[in-house]
Amino acid sequence: MNYAGIDIGSRTIEVVVVNSSGEIICSLASDTGFDPIAESLKMFYAIEEKGVKYESIMATGYGRTLFEIAYANLDPISNFNKLTLINNCSTVTEIKAHARGVAAFFPDAATILDIGGQDSKAIALNENGRVKKFEMNDRCAAGTGKFLEIMARTLGFTIDDFGKEALLAQNDLTINSMCTVFAESEVTSLIAKGSDRREIAKGLHISVMKRAASMISRVRNIESSIIRPDKITGQSVKADAKDDFIVFTGGVAKNECMVKLISEKLGCDVLVPDNPQTIGAFGAALIALEQQSKDRV
Amino acid sequence: MSDYTQMWKDLGLNLEAHDMLLNVLGNAYKDIYLAQKNRPEGMGYFDFVMSEVHGLRIKELLDEKAQGRKIIGSYCVFVPEEIVLAANATLVGLCSGADFAVEEVEKYLPRNTCALIKSAFGFKLGKVCPYLESADMVVGENTCDGKKKAYESLGSLIDNLYVMDLPQMKSEQGKALLKGEYYRFKQAVEKLTGVAITAQSLKKAIQTVNAKRTAIHRLSELRKAVPTPISGLDALLANQVFFYDNPARFTESVNKICDELEKRIQDKQGAVPAKTPRILLSGCPMAVPNWKLPWIVETSEAVIVGEESCVGERGTRNLVDESIGGVNATDNDEMIDKMMDAITDRYFKVDCAIFTPNQERLNHIVEMAENYKADGVIHYGLQFCQPYIMESIPVEKALEGKNIPTLRVETDYGMEDAGQLKTRVQAFIEQLR
Repeated sequence: MNYAGIDIGSRTIEVVVVNSSGEIICSLASDTGFDPIAESLKMFYAIEEKGVKYESIMATGYGRTLFEIAYANLDPISNFNKLTLINNCSTVTEIKAHARGVAAFFPDAATILDIGGQDSKAIALNENGRVKKFEMNDRCAAGTGKFLEIMARTLGFTIDDFGKEALLAQNDLTINSMCTVFAESEVTSLIAKGSDRREIAKGLHISVMKRAASMISRVRNIESSIIRPDKITGQSVKADAKDDFIVFTGGVAKNECMVKLISEKLGCDVLVPDNPQTIGAFGAALIALEQQSKDRV
Repeated sequence: MSDYTQMWKDLGLNLEAHDMLLNVLGNAYKDIYLAQKNRPEGMGYFDFVMSEVHGLRIKELLDEKAQGRKIIGSYCVFVPEEIVLAANATLVGLCSGADFAVEEVEKYLPRNTCALIKSAFGFKLGKVCPYLESADMVVGENTCDGKKKAYESLGSLIDNLYVMDLPQMKSEQGKALLKGEYYRFKQAVEKLTGVAITAQSLKKAIQTVNAKRTAIHRLSELRKAVPTPISGLDALLANQVFFYDNPARFTESVNKICDELEKRIQDKQGAVPAKTPRILLSGCPMAVPNWKLPWIVETSEAVIVGEESCVGERGTRNLVDESIGGVNATDNDEMIDKMMDAITDRYFKVDCAIFTPNQERLNHIVEMAENYKADGVIHYGLQFCQPYIMESIPVEKALEGKNIPTLRVETDYGMEDAGQLKTRVQAFIEQLR
């Protein structure tokens, strides 16, 4: 039996299907566009065409409730491309989904940083991999992927090269504004002054890093976060601070400069799973699997 | 519902804007309150009160006015209702729970002023609050800096504003200041009403207000049951109507609900299933129709079991000592002075965040979380409300020190952050399960 997770974010949608052992058997990604529901259904149709079946869907991300309602109201006969509907779609927050997805990759993880398109969050996990505490950015896009995307465009970089280029900067430049609108005008005036655009890029990365680091420090209590069960005896032991690491997920985790800056600032390793953008959908699929097996007991 | 158009017109309300407000309020009430399942029958009274909040209740107040009774409006729980009632006047809470006439408001207040203060101005400038327009005296009070300075501007908009000073420290000097201010207020009320407060009228007023608070205490006590017999939204509404309703009728209605809830508890019947995560709300007051956060919480499979708020336990905690004075009291002034002391003692215990230091509030929050068997606490700070947002950090530390999960939320009356807020609240509730 398989289980699907879908993460409907502000910029991208990911669908992951896992089998009953929790292994990924199918993974798809797409841009959110202006009609996330239609886009999501298209992805499920693509999965169906591949011959992959699933027993339930767990939706997460900002579009989760919208999707749950739309899915429940789909007409089984006349819906988009006659998609086979599953009578089992529920939702989970992206915080729990990311925690679950990360725990599968890194069972010892105690702290997660997730920076997506419009949200950034820091999550602390307890020794069982459950959410202990979290912080999320407020209503504005400061310090999120959207901020970096707009700034990359202003500087004429592609989003994929933005981090690489920033790493080549000779000097650090200070950007004071965190507001996307104000930062853009600050960048424009720096360009006008003839500043090196790689240095401006580095400055922008530093400003996002500082915000992320302060969010992490609010959830991460070094002393309590590094108490984990000893692998052999099972007893709780205090791990060495060096063992503490941060798992970085979301689209911005693909940015090498951001990973390096955060690691330097916090003095610990920053681990990035393969395909960091799909962790939410993967976690949601795992939660769907676990819920199903719990219901059966 | 009767036609109150003429009454509203006579009060000088902007009818078009007021209709719009009532429309929004009516729809919100339907979607948030009437959509709830398993409500106590006694809530029917509060449904009626809300449907007539700008209608019948205003008519009652105007009828009282016609008979020479004065109406006093207030924005804060530090304004003692006992003194108002003893001078044969009526105290009402003034509207400050919704955004209104925002552009007009920003001619008087900076953008980064909290929603509650802006709302008070919005209701005045938009001419949509019949309570404010009915009031013979409006009492402002020096709580936070925002309110303190805002009253200077509000004074240019209303001609019957009275400003009460408040202490900021729980010292003997602070208490003396509060008592002095309550005496000054007593004089002002007596001058307004032409009624001299006597030991007897004050004692009776103390009993009336104590009865009202006792009814709310009884309701709060019943919410400690597992499963809790009433939703947090419904209990919040009772706490909100506390500020508007006729005191005796309110007391009777709340007690009637409590009788019903006792039966529910006996039958192990809850407003929600027993395993529903229980939340304590703590922080800024929620005035009608500010139901945003409780609505988000209670549509996320959790239930609110208590409010550490001025519209809630912080506002209603403690009674005034009723034992002073009696029918045979001879020395009126001495007796009144003792009662004024008792009133001051009671209000001085209110642990508003304007006080420094304010350890009592931290203790109360921890105590409430334990007594109400809360699984977690959500601290609600209105954006730009410096005192409560500042305190939210020590609150979080104190609670987490006791292993009580805490979520700090900062928001306003707008709905544009409802999605993000819902994600945050849901993730917090998932964390508690």
